[in-house]
Amino acid sequence: MAKAIGGIAGIFLKEATVLKAAARVRESGFVKFDAITPYPVHGMEEACGIKRSTIPYVAFAAGCTGLMAALALVWYTSVVDWPLNIGGKPMFSLPAFIPIMFELTVLFAALSSVVALFVHAGMPKVDPPVIDKDLTCHKFAIFIPENDVGYNADRVEKLLRELGADEVKKVAEY
Amino acid sequence: MSQMKRNPLVLGNKTLKDVTDDICAPLERFPSKGWMGLFLAAKTLFLFYIATIAIVIATGIGLLGVNHPVAWGTMIITFVFWIGIGHAGTLISAILFLFRQRWRTSVARTAEAMTVFAVMTAGIFPLIHTGRPWLDFWLFPYPNQRGPLWVNFRSPLLWDVFAVSTYATVSTVFWFVGLIPDFATIKDRATNKIRRTIYGALSLGWRGTAKNWSHYEMVYLILAGLSTPLVLSVHTIVSFDFAVSNLPGWHATIFPPYFVAGAIFSGFAMVITLFTLVRIGWPEFKNYVTLDHMEVMNKIIMMTGLMVGYAYGSEFLIAWYSGNDYERYVFMNRAMGPYAWSYWIMICCNVVIPQLFWFKKFRRSIPVMFVVSIFVNIGMWFERFVITVTSLHRDFLPSNWGQYAWSIYDTCILVGSFGMFLTIFLLYLRVFPAISIAEIKPVLHVGKDEEGGH
Repeated sequence: MAKAIGGIAGIFLKEATVLKAAARVRESGFVKFDAITPYPVHGMEEACGIKRSTIPYVAFAAGCTGLMAALALVWYTSVVDWPLNIGGKPMFSLPAFIPIMFELTVLFAALSSVVALFVHAGMPKVDPPVIDKDLTCHKFAIFIPENDVGYNADRVEKLLRELGADEVKKVAEY
Repeated sequence: MSQMKRNPLVLGNKTLKDVTDDICAPLERFPSKGWMGLFLAAKTLFLFYIATIAIVIATGIGLLGVNHPVAWGTMIITFVFWIGIGHAGTLISAILFLFRQRWRTSVARTAEAMTVFAVMTAGIFPLIHTGRPWLDFWLFPYPNQRGPLWVNFRSPLLWDVFAVSTYATVSTVFWFVGLIPDFATIKDRATNKIRRTIYGALSLGWRGTAKNWSHYEMVYLILAGLSTPLVLSVHTIVSFDFAVSNLPGWHATIFPPYFVAGAIFSGFAMVITLFTLVRIGWPEFKNYVTLDHMEVMNKIIMMTGLMVGYAYGSEFLIAWYSGNDYERYVFMNRAMGPYAWSYWIMICCNVVIPQLFWFKKFRRSIPVMFVVSIFVNIGMWFERFVITVTSLHRDFLPSNWGQYAWSIYDTCILVGSFGMFLTIFLLYLRVFPAISIAEIKPVLHVGKDEEGGH
């Protein structure tokens, strides 16, 4: 989320209406609009033209890092810095190191994906702007920022009303 | 195909607003007398637990019954017991999520909370078991000035440190990520400033835009995918603590799957115990956690109970088939030796009593399932007692035999740990939404005609 920006938001009461509306807003040429919903609405990503999240790549890279970090840790501590001869077994006894490597892979991948989510969603944020208090409960919204392609307050308002918005609000900052 | 119609997951034709109101209701009203009574009892027990631990640490681990030859006692038994309890929560929240079992939605939040609290409770035991808990930081590898001295990465006990701490971290994060949108909901409907500030801070500024949800759902899927092998690895590694040794009764290849099945078995029993109580205390939840949900979980209890029963039988068969005298003796001693009572308590509670669930009437009866779940909890604690104590108390040399000197402190530590768990759990029920608000809304229509259900 970049800097806060003004715009117009339409409030919808039904999931089906907002889904159709999002698709229509996109067809009307807007690209920077966003839909605000109380729960993940099935099909909303297609309707808004949102690309698949890139977080799996973050998770994969972090998992590999975790694996390598664990390997480096056990190798340095058990082979280089403090080699212990246990029953003549090899110093670099890989099978015994697998649990540690597995756990650190999972730990790195999990924590990094959550950090990536926070970065993408602009969290944590103190007191984020709220368009309507019911948007986390039972209402849905489509927000079109004023810097969007072909933005015109009257046109946007008319479009949202046509698409079945229950209420259209001017938003100072979002 | 009317007989194929699914039952609705949520009863009572709820609207989206009803869902929010129902789930937030317990957080927004003054606690009931029942809750207060339970909380005071649990808190008293918790304080008693803290005092017991303080005495044990101040005086020494010798207050407990551990001694030669039974050097692993209550601490290890109860640690494995609580860690096992936690596993059902991850099974529900992660594994059933990957399998698209939508009924999991209603119970996932509280089951996951149970996981986090059970692991917190469990984590204390090995720390005290070390005998000198003020040196527990030695468990972690860090550069130090004691010569190049590192932890032994070839030891299952150290694998356990990594497995349990990773499990605790990832479960907590998974649980918290699930809570974020619900905290935002509570913040937005808050009527006073303090509530708004606290839940606003917890929600981390969540806004619920389509882009946010897209990333959020992906992270949820990744965490579920990572938690699934993680939860299996944790009890596998706990079982390695036993299986990697050479002691008859412990040294068995069946241990990892046997432990994981047992963990899920005991965890589901705890979920049933807790949910029967939650449904009494928070009556509005009966529409969300329906008898259908309870029945499905009872089926899982019965199935995992049969798996555990199979493992008990298989251990005997393999002991006989191995032709090894020590191995054979350990198992005969389990069933007929001085600790036979604990073995038969275990068999009764874990294998015999859950057979009641073959009958639909019992699977759907709240009193019956509550009693069975309590028996399973008892039985699973005894399973770990049987594994730990009966294997240790008579090993290879008869001159090395002995009994476990159970002391009053063992009892206090075991009972007190429930005080800790219940205190945290009761507080959670009061201040956190105990059913996922954002996750239950998309499954409202399941089983309803007009929208086609599944």
